[in-house]
Amino acid sequence: MKLTGAEIIVQCLLEQEVKTVFGYPGGAVLNIYDEIYKCEDIQHVLGRHEQGLLHAADGYARATGEVGVALVTSGPGATNAVTGLATAYMDSIPMVCITGQVPVPLIGNDAFQEADTVGITRSCTKHNYLVKDVKDLARVIREAFYIARTGRPGPVLVDVPKDITIATTNYEPAKGEVSIRSYKPTTTGHTGQMRKAVELMAKAKRPLFYTGGGVILSDAADELTKMARKVGAPITNTLMGLGGYPCTDKQFVGMLGMHGTYEANMAVSRCDLLIAIGARFDDRVTGKIAEFAPEAKIIHVDVDPTSISKNVEVDVPIVGDIKKVLTKMLPMMEEDAFTQNRPDMGDWWVEVEAWRRKECLKFDQSDDVIEAQYVIQKLYELTKGNAIVATDVGQHQMWAAQFYGFEKPRRWLTSGGLGTMGYGLPAAMGAQMAFPNDTVVLITGESSIQMNIQELATLKQYNLPIKIAILNNSFLGMVRQWQELFYERRYAESDMTVQPDFVQLAQAYGATGMMTSRPVEVTGVIEKALAVDGPVVMDFRVNREANVYPMVPAGAALNEMILL
Amino acid sequence: MKHVLSVLVENEAGVLTRVSGLFSARGFNIESLTVAPVGDGETSRITLVTVGEDNIIEQIIKQLHKLVPVIQVHDLTERSHVERELMMVKVDAERDVRAEVLRIADIFRSRVVDATPNTFVVEVTGSSDKLDACLNLLTPLGVVEVVRTGKVAMARGPKRMKEVLPA
Repeated sequence: MKLTGAEIIVQCLLEQEVKTVFGYPGGAVLNIYDEIYKCEDIQHVLGRHEQGLLHAADGYARATGEVGVALVTSGPGATNAVTGLATAYMDSIPMVCITGQVPVPLIGNDAFQEADTVGITRSCTKHNYLVKDVKDLARVIREAFYIARTGRPGPVLVDVPKDITIATTNYEPAKGEVSIRSYKPTTTGHTGQMRKAVELMAKAKRPLFYTGGGVILSDAADELTKMARKVGAPITNTLMGLGGYPCTDKQFVGMLGMHGTYEANMAVSRCDLLIAIGARFDDRVTGKIAEFAPEAKIIHVDVDPTSISKNVEVDVPIVGDIKKVLTKMLPMMEEDAFTQNRPDMGDWWVEVEAWRRKECLKFDQSDDVIEAQYVIQKLYELTKGNAIVATDVGQHQMWAAQFYGFEKPRRWLTSGGLGTMGYGLPAAMGAQMAFPNDTVVLITGESSIQMNIQELATLKQYNLPIKIAILNNSFLGMVRQWQELFYERRYAESDMTVQPDFVQLAQAYGATGMMTSRPVEVTGVIEKALAVDGPVVMDFRVNREANVYPMVPAGAALNEMILL
Repeated sequence: MKHVLSVLVENEAGVLTRVSGLFSARGFNIESLTVAPVGDGETSRITLVTVGEDNIIEQIIKQLHKLVPVIQVHDLTERSHVERELMMVKVDAERDVRAEVLRIADIFRSRVVDATPNTFVVEVTGSSDKLDACLNLLTPLGVVEVVRTGKVAMARGPKRMKEVLPA
């Protein structure tokens, strides 16, 4: 069957069962848009800026577990997409981004809207392609999806010159799974190492689970929960791992790291066995490396071999897909070797409970000024912990991680690795496209939301009823906090007092706007927002100089926390 | 410590940039790098010399493996191998030193590949040490220009690269 390049792209998307494409048209992709126009099975979501679209595809991928798809034009379309690609790359989010490119004969001639897209995006994608022959197009798109979702997932970019989209070639439907000789991720895990890991778990007196985003990406929350219960050890999630273990379970000790709980960080510093699963020992988690888990043997399960022993030397490395590895390990834990003669963990739990009694997340809500934490607590209560929660980056993000509990995976969308302000609104948009009937809440700051606020128009266009809570302290809050603690309160350029009237701005975009600075009104505002059938912006004027505590100063050890 | 890595890659546009970009982005060091298509034209072989502690070398090898077009990575330092480098030196060779240049060239079993009334181009192959030694002797005579390829290396024995590496 002879098809044009544009037709092949649409056919390949259908083959991959893509339902939603986030995109923005432009000269180089017009042929593709013409095909999408004719195709009834793919919904195209028109954003207002390519960065937002990439984050939307990212949010869609995080919420569904499917590959997010974005389509943008050449030159500025592609360069605007870079932050979205880098965000997805750092958090290992499966994504395929198709970019338009100037016609092949013009490449390298500084043509109108030309950019060296594969060059620019090489270091912020898992892999990228420039298609110079229409005969390669179908294979490349299939490979792109395969690479994006297998191994350690990540964004893959396919750059398609305009003349390729009109050139024709024979198209044959996909046959079987893609095979690339130079790309064979290890997924099964080494049985001998798994046995060693189970033996260590059987002997440990003070074991601790430290689990990250890999658990979510591999859909292994159930297996993890079973394993953690079998071992009976405390468990801490990284920022990316929240929802990988039910937050209300008594074994859960909260998040660890720079703004983790006292009990989690002390447990890391005291444990004799650290069971790291799908976590990569990021500097925001480890603090001072030399004093991270100093007494512990370390087991590390990760699909990406480069993550193992990169920052911290590991005793038992297991390279493989987490779901597969845990599924193989669980039966080993039924055997006598594991179940018999296990040391009593009573003393360990006595220690953990003592740390927990510090109540490190305690805060006082006065009658005068709203505390940001209080708003998040109320959001949690009033959505019964069931919402999909997106955030931007900064203090509100850390408070959301600390105060909005997650029982299930794929309900928490946040830019962990890159720390991208402007991520939240479009990510929420992507999740709401995937789950139109779920409550999607965006917790953001007045500075973060202004980085991609134009996407409010997209909410209006697709009638996405996202509830936006701006924790407005008129500051770049986290920057101000660091300036207060480490720069003797010299608040260089962190003041954001000049800002739009968010109520009027919401209305200008066709959304509902509400504002309050009174603690007594918080509950009412949230209840009202949840009752509205449409997007709502809630502007909560909160305590201007509140800090996120506890805190491990950068470069300090985890047990050197600053408590409130 | 210095390590010689042999990297088998798909022979496609941009692979070398991916490899060198990996080194610059992650702050690894490249001492020398040679690359050319080999065999059927579908693959290229890169010989890369880098310096680092064992854990750094381990990261480099793992990171190289992670690049999609990389088929094999092989640390030749750990096994018996042969390595060679090619150097061409253009030397000032006026009347009185011409014989001296030829003598030195002879000592290193190198060849003169170009001659003019006042210059020679000497081609030397061998270990990098040998090339250094030859260059040291030629320098006082007046070296105009030097070009070196960087190392190429190959494991000793009958096995092909794909068979040497564990799967």
